[in-house]
Amino acid sequence: MIFTQQWIREWLDTPLEPQALIDQLTMAGLEVDASGPVAAAFTGILVAEVVSVEPHPDADKLRVCQVNDGSQQVQVVCGAPNVRPGMKVPYATLGAELPGESPDKPFRIKKAKLRGVESFGMLCSAEELGMADSSDGLLELPADAPVGQNVREYLQLDDRYFELDLTPNRGDCLSIRGLSREIATLNQLSFKDLQVTPVAVQIDDTFPVRVDAPDACTRYLGRVIRDVDINATTPLWMQERLRRCGLRSIDPVVDVTNYVLMELGQPMHAFDLERLSGEIVVRQAVAGDTLTLLDGKSVEPATDTLLITDASGPLALAGIMGGEPSSVTESTQHIFLECACFDALAVAGRARRYGLHTDSSHRYERGVDYNLQALAMERATELLIAIAGGKPGPVTESTGTLPTASEVKLRPSYLASVLGMELNEEEIISILNGLGVTLVGRSEDELTFDVPSFRHDIAIEADLIEEVARVHGYDRLPVTRPVMRTQMPEASEREVALSRIRERLVAQGYQQVITYSFVEPKLMAQVSASPAPVALQNPISEDMSVMRTSLWAGLLRTLQHNINRQQTRVRIFETGQVFLPEPEGIRQPERLAGLIYGERFPTTWSQGREVVDFFDIKGDVEGLLDLGALLPRCRFEKAEHQALHGGQAAAVALDGQRIGLVGALDPALQRALDINGRVYLFELDLAAIRAATVPAFKPLSRYPEVSRDLALVLDRAVAVADIEQHLRELAGPELLGIRIFDVYQGDKVESDKKSVALGLTWQHPSRTLSDDEINVIIERCVKGLEDKFNAKLRN
Amino acid sequence: MTDTNSLLQTALEAVAASADERALDQLRVDYLGKKGQLTALLKSLGSLPAEERPAAGEKINEAKRQVQQAIDAQREILVERALSAQLAAETVDVSLPGRRQSAGGLHPVSRTIERIQTLFQSAGYSVAEGPEIEDDYHNFEALNIPGHHPARAMHDTFYVNLADAKAAGAAASGMSWVLRTHTSPVQVRVMEQGKPPFRMICPGRVYRCDSDLTHTPMFHQVEGLLIDEHVSFADLKGTLEEFLRAFFEADLAVRFRPSYFPFTEPSAEVDMSCVMCEGKGCRVCKQTGWLEVLGCGMVHPKVLEASGVDSSRYRGFAFGMGVERLAMLRYGVNDLRLFFENDLKFLRQFN
Repeated sequence: MIFTQQWIREWLDTPLEPQALIDQLTMAGLEVDASGPVAAAFTGILVAEVVSVEPHPDADKLRVCQVNDGSQQVQVVCGAPNVRPGMKVPYATLGAELPGESPDKPFRIKKAKLRGVESFGMLCSAEELGMADSSDGLLELPADAPVGQNVREYLQLDDRYFELDLTPNRGDCLSIRGLSREIATLNQLSFKDLQVTPVAVQIDDTFPVRVDAPDACTRYLGRVIRDVDINATTPLWMQERLRRCGLRSIDPVVDVTNYVLMELGQPMHAFDLERLSGEIVVRQAVAGDTLTLLDGKSVEPATDTLLITDASGPLALAGIMGGEPSSVTESTQHIFLECACFDALAVAGRARRYGLHTDSSHRYERGVDYNLQALAMERATELLIAIAGGKPGPVTESTGTLPTASEVKLRPSYLASVLGMELNEEEIISILNGLGVTLVGRSEDELTFDVPSFRHDIAIEADLIEEVARVHGYDRLPVTRPVMRTQMPEASEREVALSRIRERLVAQGYQQVITYSFVEPKLMAQVSASPAPVALQNPISEDMSVMRTSLWAGLLRTLQHNINRQQTRVRIFETGQVFLPEPEGIRQPERLAGLIYGERFPTTWSQGREVVDFFDIKGDVEGLLDLGALLPRCRFEKAEHQALHGGQAAAVALDGQRIGLVGALDPALQRALDINGRVYLFELDLAAIRAATVPAFKPLSRYPEVSRDLALVLDRAVAVADIEQHLRELAGPELLGIRIFDVYQGDKVESDKKSVALGLTWQHPSRTLSDDEINVIIERCVKGLEDKFNAKLRN
Repeated sequence: MTDTNSLLQTALEAVAASADERALDQLRVDYLGKKGQLTALLKSLGSLPAEERPAAGEKINEAKRQVQQAIDAQREILVERALSAQLAAETVDVSLPGRRQSAGGLHPVSRTIERIQTLFQSAGYSVAEGPEIEDDYHNFEALNIPGHHPARAMHDTFYVNLADAKAAGAAASGMSWVLRTHTSPVQVRVMEQGKPPFRMICPGRVYRCDSDLTHTPMFHQVEGLLIDEHVSFADLKGTLEEFLRAFFEADLAVRFRPSYFPFTEPSAEVDMSCVMCEGKGCRVCKQTGWLEVLGCGMVHPKVLEASGVDSSRYRGFAFGMGVERLAMLRYGVNDLRLFFENDLKFLRQFN
């Protein structure tokens, strides 16, 4: 919504200092987005008449013009394509100053010679006067513009525009009238409403109207006006006002309806009476309806779209845009003016669906005053007849289901407790009264107000409180701190804080990344084809169109991005939701994933020549599991996963339940992603690894520990973890721990074997263990391992 | 007895000439040991006349003492020398870097959320989280944003294709699913499940179908909620002023402007004096001296009722802030998109 200072001043007699007005509106919730002069600062420009136009002897594109500026006739060389004898134009006299490169460097007009022809001044375009961003010719002034008058005065260019970014609840401020009411209240001025004297009806003609959608169309006023001079010129003052508010002048009928829209906030539409047939019916669209709109686009309205129709079919998308076939054209003589109230719910969202956003739909979506139509119709008639003549018929009115006026109660004591400040009742009443909200009842602790039809955003007590607070000024409300009952936070020791998990990874050199939750379908399928990801209906682009089912997609993209930026060592992690479609809905568990690539340690004089391998990332995972003391309950089992290397992939199982994966990136995928060098990945269920065990004390033994080493030769395929687990079963309750201190495959053992050295330690709680006891245990262990795994003691 | 003298002389010379402790030990054995030369002299005393023995014995013992003394002294010198040699040999260039893993770090958005969390948790707020694919009810309806509300146009919503997702159950219910456009639905979920009073913040990812210089289709919000019996708008002002000053560690000017959100009434937008130019006006604050940083208001009674909270007894305030915006202002980041490019050179600046 753009308004201008001059227009508002016509309604409110107050010297509005622009910055003060901007601050005031902004602090009242009507944010001013932009403001500025409607034309640049310039001097010495007069209305002049072009007397004659001759070709330039030496330049094709230049003309030599004789120009009358009221006091003299001068020669001006001009390059504008639209210059012609008889036209009125802005003429920059010698010494005139036009907008230059910067405000303090104006462009001064001097006598000049253009290709040998003398020129005394310049004829100007709108762009040159700072009135438009671009122009393709001279600014043509009306034929009756008085020659010799200062153009600034003539066009009343000492004006400013203000652009408001209104919140959707304030549809009432989408007009000069509504804004004036608001500004009057903020400045404690009285608001003078527009007075319109109805034009006398001159003909009896009417056009029949039927409202078949009474909830959607609450009121429909129509009027026939015959013998309108469509080719009349809209007066300059009206053209200028519209222009400054961002509307282009078209013809008197469109200009008048736009003017009323801006002035009163009432969208109107004019039909060519000769092109209407039967009767106007306001109804919801049905299948098969089609309509060519004013912008030439053809639409097939959906059935929840309200239409204006006649016997021939749809005429207009109600409240959004008129149709081309019934529109007013250069040859129109008689018109049918529509001035209706469509319910906000019947219009909201519809324009957007057809790719439209019009001044009309913008207002209807935010709610148009259902009592405004009669005033607007009379105002439009008055203006139109004054400009283009015509004989008005009587106004016909059809009503649908009109909203009922609402009363809202306000308890001053409640207001005081919500705002944290008491306001005196008279101030409350006065503020609301200024907004058109009038007191209709009063009891000891309650005020009852009547809400005007233009403020349908006010429905409950809280709405009134906001209005009072707003006008009183949020800045004048007190500042306090909430008083709260103390409450111990929940801080379960059975849960590892996310911050500890992150810190652990950070200490291991991992950089946290945050990648988009929507990823490229192709990459997602490469990383994890099943389950098929959830797709977005309206993605930003194809490469952000499916919701990730694994964090690996984002990590791999981040790796590529950084490799392309010369990073040779990458350690990254991310936490976040993944989106898993399941029959009962979308499961959205939190995951933690990491990726390492490149050297194990930063390369310095002493380290960093070795690249990472599987056991680096596994160690990092083990470190995470240590946080909640979960590692003893976890097993790493050989696993298969499409994104992982067939021989270097493990599933992490906690108490037998799979909680994640760790492994090397599948070499084929690595190649497909054009990554040189091994990549290792893990992904864990965050909730699972956040479980923690509360420590339980066990008495310390004062007796010595006994240790023995076992060197075994095993088949290569045997998992050492299985050996270890079996040993725990065999080594008796006094076993303290098992350490794997060597694994060997090579020349010194058979080719399908490996040698594994384990150190076992025992301690008895209440006595010293004897060698004999340990020997018995060792024998049992060796035999057990031989039976189960064909493990042999190494010589 | 010249033997003794000359032997002593030889021994002392040998001790003085010895180069290491091993040689010294050998000398001790050679002269003072059981079979040592001085010991042998002592043993040969028997061959002397009785009256000469004491003097000769005394002399030999004196020689032994002198040798022992010389050995001890020499040993000290040698130990000293060995230690200095060791120190010299083991001297390192202490300016060389240590041996260690590189430092990682938190993403600046995480860092900012943690900071916000720390401040509010210290004030007694708890932290709640919720799903990012949210149903229409929790994202809109329960927050007083019905189907055709113009506020929906302000939220450029991503819709989720459930047919593809084969989530038959959800699709059949007729409910549409969206990527949450704000973290407010988490409030609704917490209120639905608990009993007042509530004080909590909900950090998380949110999504809007918008992508340009100043918008990314995903960003982060922290939503806050305080519901109790006597909460006022003045309390809201106090809480947010205090928060902004604590977060920026600066005595900022803060102003509350009336605004509109369907889920709060009264509603406000919060501006703080520009941290880049201290309110003088610059490119970041568009020459206004103010930066819009928060949206807030008193929770709309309809929202309380929809979540099962008795609005005649309880009321409260809610606020929401954009994490990236706060991070940009706090750390001087000038391009929003950097947050999601995850360039390590960018991320490491926050370690």
